[in-house]
Amino acid sequence: MKSPLLEIRNLHVSVDRHQILKGIDLQVNAGEVHSIMGPNGSGKSTLAQVLSRRDAYEVNSGEALLNGEDLLAMKPEEAAWAGVFLAFQYPVEVPGISNAYFLRTAVNAMRKARGLEEMSAMEFLPMFREKLRLLEMDDKLMNRSVNEGFSGGEKKRNEILQMAVLEPKLAILDETDSGLDIDALRVVAKGINAMRGPERAIVVVTHYQRLLDYIVPDFVHVLVDGRIVRSGGPELARELEETGYGSMEASTSAA
Amino acid sequence: MTTAIETAPHYLERFAEFENGAAGRELAWLRESRRAAFARFCAAGFPTAHDEDWRFTDVSAIRKTNFRLAERGSVSREQIRPWLMQDVGCTLVFLNGRFARDLSVIGEMQAGATAGGLAEALENDAGFVEQHMGHYADPSHDSFCALNTAFAEDGALVHISRGTIMEETIHLLFVSTAETPVMNHPRNLIVVEAESECTVVEEYVSLGGGSIFCNAVTELVAGENSAVSHYRIEREQARTYNISTLRIQQERSSNVASHSLLMGGALVRNNVHPVLAGEGGECLINGLFVGSEDQHLDNYMVVEHASPHCGSRQFYNGILDGHARGVFHGRIIVHKAAQKTDAKQTNRNLLLSDDARIDTKPQLEIHADDVKCTHGATIGQMDEEALFYLRSRGIDEVSARGLLLRAFAGECTARMKEGTVRARMEELVRRYVKQFAGTGLPRETSHE
Repeated sequence: MKSPLLEIRNLHVSVDRHQILKGIDLQVNAGEVHSIMGPNGSGKSTLAQVLSRRDAYEVNSGEALLNGEDLLAMKPEEAAWAGVFLAFQYPVEVPGISNAYFLRTAVNAMRKARGLEEMSAMEFLPMFREKLRLLEMDDKLMNRSVNEGFSGGEKKRNEILQMAVLEPKLAILDETDSGLDIDALRVVAKGINAMRGPERAIVVVTHYQRLLDYIVPDFVHVLVDGRIVRSGGPELARELEETGYGSMEASTSAA
Repeated sequence: MTTAIETAPHYLERFAEFENGAAGRELAWLRESRRAAFARFCAAGFPTAHDEDWRFTDVSAIRKTNFRLAERGSVSREQIRPWLMQDVGCTLVFLNGRFARDLSVIGEMQAGATAGGLAEALENDAGFVEQHMGHYADPSHDSFCALNTAFAEDGALVHISRGTIMEETIHLLFVSTAETPVMNHPRNLIVVEAESECTVVEEYVSLGGGSIFCNAVTELVAGENSAVSHYRIEREQARTYNISTLRIQQERSSNVASHSLLMGGALVRNNVHPVLAGEGGECLINGLFVGSEDQHLDNYMVVEHASPHCGSRQFYNGILDGHARGVFHGRIIVHKAAQKTDAKQTNRNLLLSDDARIDTKPQLEIHADDVKCTHGATIGQMDEEALFYLRSRGIDEVSARGLLLRAFAGECTARMKEGTVRARMEELVRRYVKQFAGTGLPRETSHE
């Protein structure tokens, strides 16, 4: 049997001795779209950041395997080379580096790590322009510093643009829908849907059910207080919409 | 009060030697100026930490070293080749402060422009030198300026006549060489007359393993409605004490940009002092200082608004690693007459190690009532959020740090006028800053 793209077993994670994730089990196969939903403070962003190897977190126990390899032993750049991509909840502003330069540097860093030839500006540009059109982004943003002075919607689109250019195996989208108006949400969803494919898995971390009207997941997981309390199909998201997370919390304590 | 004679008696001997053989010794005004400046130096001595303007910079190492006046010395064309710039109108080379015509590449200058040595000009055109030299840089408040004035005999003289738009850059290359402790006191005069434009690069480099004390003063006169770009590059070796003063005199509606890149030297004091003497003048005082190990880089800015409707912008960025120490002292003086002054000052610093240190001190002295003056300073470390962001996109840690450092340093070069000089500065900065990308990292992750 083919091993899953991502396999998380009994993952416990803390920050400053504060236990955030209290035993996560999750299996994601290539070609699937998973949604992780949960209230504020449930550990959604922590899970996303641990998987993209931010070092502010302490893994207490458990493991996470990417294609059978120990993801938790990787540095952030190594995880990226292995195919992990995180769309940041709060994309970082990087003054003094243009968006276009940053993306080409990233593409070439990835190619170099994978033993491929670097892309020249001539090769890069046509591909890049195509992705820009997909996300309905203004070319002018590309000569501006990374995320500097971008609106909230522009920042989120920029994250999806990076995903489209870097073509990860496992894309983790951390509240990419938060703060977007409906038009921006549609564009972002279109970009994400265009990335769906048999070789790629997408994990959509969200607080709201709204995004899932546009990106219909194969699986929905409800994360409450550091544990996945329920898993199901897309219908689970609708149920949540009606009943809220309160009932889920109640059902855990009852269980 | 301690005087220089008590603390540094060898200067008496040095001055006596110098005065008898100095260029222009027959000129009464020059002899007077030298003597008065030397008397001033003897009375004041070297500054100490008690002197407010020198609180953060200890020059006792200069005081204690018995520097001889440097001979001209000799270097080959081959040795200076790495420092030459492409696409310049002329390169004037100075060896230990003395104009070296044989090493310079002057060719045919554009009509209206002359560039050469000050000592030569004292022979041929002393009247012109007398009109400007010592009229702006004031030895009475600065011992180093006094010392320079006492020992002034050679350096660069650049004269751009009225209405001359210089297409090509003038490169002044100051090479210090030493096997034993020596000092030199280059004295430069750049006179840009009304309606003219020019770009001058003043660069300091050194050869040899001896200790060097290079104490330069440049007087730059920007005539009415002129535009001048001045670049100062300090990249001398690690045993150099470099004190320099750039005194800028701006006439009505003149526009001056001073760019400083400090990357070398053990102890560097960079004094920049523009005086906006005529209405409607603009100046940009822009700099980058990058220090490591035990380097001490002190930037002492005095921006003086003496006329109405002038604008000044100061931007200095510092990057400090190891035990390096930086100082930014930014003083803005707005005289009573200087209504509608618009002055801004920003100093941003990046500390890469726990032992690096920066002292930043804004100082506003405002005597007019209708002015806009702002100042701000920041001190920070490498932005961990940005670092993680870049790494999460597959850029390794050393490269990501390198990118962030270049971006920070690039704020300075981005303020330079686009062209070949800026490209050269960007290249110098990129190469220099790269070496700091690996600091503070575990060994196995730092590689070229």
